[in-house]
Amino acid sequence: MPEIREQVDICVVGAGHAGCEAALACARLGLETVIFTVSVDSIALMPCNPNVGGTSKGHLVREVDALGGEMGKNIDKTFIQSKMLNKSKGPAVHSLRAQADKADYSREMRKVLENQEHLTIKQAEVCELITEKVENPNPSEQLNPSDQSSLSDQSNLLGQSNSLGQSNLLGQSNPPRQAEEPELREPSESRERYRILGLKTHTGAVYECKAVVLCTGTYLKARCLCGDSITYTGPNGLQAASHLSDSLRKLGITLRRFKTGTPARMDGRTLDYSRMEEQHGDEKVVPFSFSTNPDDVQIDQVSCWLTYTNEKTHEIIRANLDRSPIYAGIIEGTGPRYCPSIEDKVVKFADKDRHQVFIEPEGLHTNEMYVGGMSSSMPEDVQLAMYRTVPGLEHCKIVRNAYAIEYDCIDARQLYPSLEFRKIKGLFSGGQFNGSSGYEEAAAQGLIAGINAAMSVLGKESLVLDRSQAYIGVLIDDLVTKESLEPYRMMTSRAEYRLLLRQDNADLRLRETGYRIGLVPQEVYEATLHKKELIDAEIARLKNTIVGASHEIQTFLEARGSAALKTGTSLAELICRPELNYELLAGIDEKRPSLPSDVIEQVEIEIKYEGYIDRQRRQVEQFKKMEKKRIPDEIDYDKIPSLRIEARQKLSTYRPVSVGQASRISGVSPADISVLLVYLEREKGKY
Amino acid sequence: MKNTSVSDCGKREDTIAAIATGMSGSGIGIVRISGGSAIEIADKVYRNKKNEKVLKEYDTHTIHYGFAVDKKGNIIDEVMVSVMKAPASYTAEDTVEINCHGGVMVMRKVLELVMEAGARVAQPGEFTKRAFLNGRIDLSEAEAVMDLIHAKNEFALQSSVRQLKGSVSVIVRELREKLLHEIAFIEAALDDPEHFDLESEGYGEVLYSLLDKTAASLHHLIQSSDDGKILSEGIRTAIIGKPNAGKSSLLNRLVGEERAIVTDIAGTTRDILEETVSLDGIPFRIMDTAGIRSTDDVIEKIGVDRAKDAAEAADLVLYVIDASVPLDENDRAVLEMIKDKNTIILLNKSDLPPILTEEDIRYVASHLSGNGKIIRTSMKEGEGIDLFLTSVKEMFFHGGITYNDEVYITNMRHKEALSEAYDSILQVQKSIENKMPEDFYTIDMMSAYASLGRIIGEEVGDDLVDEIFSKFCMGK
Repeated sequence: MPEIREQVDICVVGAGHAGCEAALACARLGLETVIFTVSVDSIALMPCNPNVGGTSKGHLVREVDALGGEMGKNIDKTFIQSKMLNKSKGPAVHSLRAQADKADYSREMRKVLENQEHLTIKQAEVCELITEKVENPNPSEQLNPSDQSSLSDQSNLLGQSNSLGQSNLLGQSNPPRQAEEPELREPSESRERYRILGLKTHTGAVYECKAVVLCTGTYLKARCLCGDSITYTGPNGLQAASHLSDSLRKLGITLRRFKTGTPARMDGRTLDYSRMEEQHGDEKVVPFSFSTNPDDVQIDQVSCWLTYTNEKTHEIIRANLDRSPIYAGIIEGTGPRYCPSIEDKVVKFADKDRHQVFIEPEGLHTNEMYVGGMSSSMPEDVQLAMYRTVPGLEHCKIVRNAYAIEYDCIDARQLYPSLEFRKIKGLFSGGQFNGSSGYEEAAAQGLIAGINAAMSVLGKESLVLDRSQAYIGVLIDDLVTKESLEPYRMMTSRAEYRLLLRQDNADLRLRETGYRIGLVPQEVYEATLHKKELIDAEIARLKNTIVGASHEIQTFLEARGSAALKTGTSLAELICRPELNYELLAGIDEKRPSLPSDVIEQVEIEIKYEGYIDRQRRQVEQFKKMEKKRIPDEIDYDKIPSLRIEARQKLSTYRPVSVGQASRISGVSPADISVLLVYLEREKGKY
Repeated sequence: MKNTSVSDCGKREDTIAAIATGMSGSGIGIVRISGGSAIEIADKVYRNKKNEKVLKEYDTHTIHYGFAVDKKGNIIDEVMVSVMKAPASYTAEDTVEINCHGGVMVMRKVLELVMEAGARVAQPGEFTKRAFLNGRIDLSEAEAVMDLIHAKNEFALQSSVRQLKGSVSVIVRELREKLLHEIAFIEAALDDPEHFDLESEGYGEVLYSLLDKTAASLHHLIQSSDDGKILSEGIRTAIIGKPNAGKSSLLNRLVGEERAIVTDIAGTTRDILEETVSLDGIPFRIMDTAGIRSTDDVIEKIGVDRAKDAAEAADLVLYVIDASVPLDENDRAVLEMIKDKNTIILLNKSDLPPILTEEDIRYVASHLSGNGKIIRTSMKEGEGIDLFLTSVKEMFFHGGITYNDEVYITNMRHKEALSEAYDSILQVQKSIENKMPEDFYTIDMMSAYASLGRIIGEEVGDDLVDEIFSKFCMGK
């Protein structure tokens, strides 16, 4: 029977936020790429909340942008309201969040994809991966266990902060290994390893390729629940992908079931906004992308609205709990604690007499309003009744019901930090499929998975960002190292070096990496270098400019409620005073150069928080030592009897790539790490 | 955020110190310091005869007479100090060894001064680990080095949990819980700023006074640790034996001796009563005194389970045998169970005609390793008590047993962790005073939380995220 047979470099499965970044990265690196989606009309769909960014997620978008990704640029083109959150807090937790025009966001991203050279869009359900067994692992591919110290020689954009700005370009080849993880393996075929040869669509077309990136989001064996009404569809009633799961299982990939949910959408004309609090955007909008001209984003913004649930709402929910599929036990998937349904909130926080409800527009050209804070899987009649108890929603008409969705995903501990499957060479994955949640988390992983798929095809080292370099590093390290029982969401508290990983310096941290990979143009990289020079020069100038205790200075300080000087003091020291800042000191800073505002921002942060920042930099140096100690892929932990049994089991199962990663696995103690270091030292002596 | 124990090892310039000799027995002992700042640190506690600090000028492999001094310059001890510069030392790092003469207390003081000067307490087996990693120990010794690290850490882990006083662990847990709650409160507000508002509630001041209390508790614990009070010092002693063998008579004898000082009767977290008795300066913690005294012991057999529990937890097992009754199966089972312990068999009721045969005695003796002894006693007459005390002294203060060293080192590690937590709390208060934004508070609060976790052997893990989600209603 005749069939379609195509040959390309890389296939990306899924065109959500992960898939788009993955496909764009591969194509931009010059590789022939096909992106598959069950619906071309749903490229970069936002099936849940109509925003991009938010606390810590805004950081991810900035990092994606700095590395050469698309999300930041796309939201800058399509936002309808923007806010910098936490502005009164420290710079580490400032986070940008924008309301998107959903349809516009999707359309603009599709346009970018359609116009990308080397990229083909294909509407098809992928149902099978084509692989071959790898018989004899090539020993030359094995990593040498010695420290990869050569990496630290690479030039560094952030200068003094030695450990930032570098990307860890690790060995690309992740060779097969004999010992297998007991918990993650399927009973049969457990010792087998594969190499990707291509994939097959439901219509029988075969695409031969060198790498596949799975970004299937919530579509695998998806099931949507609204009370006792169950449909086997993906989000928004879209076609689910019902075949691929079986193909993955056959390859020894362990799947699990996660669940998430979304609230109802209302007809905006039926809401009474006079009963809600209006929420405006910022007066001066800051763009997400470092490439966007700030003047281009000063648009007329729309408002969001705040209202609250009340006792009556909660009564209705409590009275109908037996009709909720979650409480009736119909839902098997694990849902996120940070994004609870309104049923969950009412049950778990019974002492709270009200919960916030945010009414947000879905776009400029639709009446639909998103009801943030009230996701639910209650039956339709209960939904309508409970929504109508909320002030402003008394006469609401529901356009789309709230629903919960269940889907297949993986425990990402089956992946290397490069997001390649340990068992299947050439198979990468990103996004909700990896057990995360959120558009931004998806985009970040999609970008890295795409880059590394490309690197593997090009025979180059893969890109692994560590926890001290980026939120992306924290995200991926957590996913591939730690046990997670719910969809993983980024939070600033997960980043132990968050003072260094700010959204304002993502360009200084990651532009160089993006440039070296080939996703950031040279002139952009050079502009970042220039910015860095200006920052360093200005910090040095402020530290070296001493003002004396002259009458003029004392009067100036007194007028600003600041203590008088006893001796000469540098301008930098004055900036450190809580009541003073860079701008205020203009009056006594005669030789101040004229600098762009983003340079001034960096100068001020670096000076004002220098003590804290330096402390974290020192911690990072220690952290780096352990990250650089590589663990050879073929290590046999059973040959290290001095490891405690629990540690030996965990290490054999999850096979960390570095001593640092090993130390973050629960159940591995500092003493086990010492033993491991001694063992590695001896092994090194054997080569 | 897992407690980054690996990076903890890099703290304080990574210079480590410990007492390199046993602390019992002879009065001479060595405090060893190793690492990049070893000489600089030693210089802070050493003065030569002319009251100069000059160690860094000395050649490598030289030994010098002088004094250990405290921060105010008071002389603590007469010492000999040897300087060995990298790489020609045991660890291949700069190493200084301070030979103290003034006995155990002085040696402890010197070590504490060294810690104050910037060293940290060495982890179990760490000198050897460093020696190996720095190429001073042959690669073929790797197995032995790994075994040593494993064994020492296991021992330290067991003893530190065992030695921690129940009351101290309760306080540490409470402090951690409160800290975590506040951290979660702040982080929840930072994560969902439209939901929680910190400033409107004058939160900084509330937190400041709360931290005052935390700091006071920590300060108190640190002072207690100076007196060795956070650990239950003393030889954990289990008295076991059949009903009527003379257990409670032994207990009453020990407690009732005129020379006995009974200092403490307390319920521990496990609800096992303990009494601390000091006899001739030997501290005994006698376990389960309530059980020993209970008279309604109706079970005919010895209580093999209780013997097993006691044998696991005890440093010293006193097995009381009624010499006027023959051995039975239960006796044999218990003897089997305790054969690896430090055991003293008391053949009691020597005032009565002995029934135990020679064979019985030989059987008992064969179950005593080098750590055991048989003593004939009569609790009624008070016979054998002196011999018993002499045996204990031999067992615990001359032999290979370093019981007190371990207690002491554990104490030092706990104190170090408490001090770090205390410093972190002060740093948070400083941040509040300096009107820093709230996200700076949690960085140091989290450090304090992690430090306190080390005392009770708990990692940080996902504690914070769990606390945020369980206590605060998050998300849209």
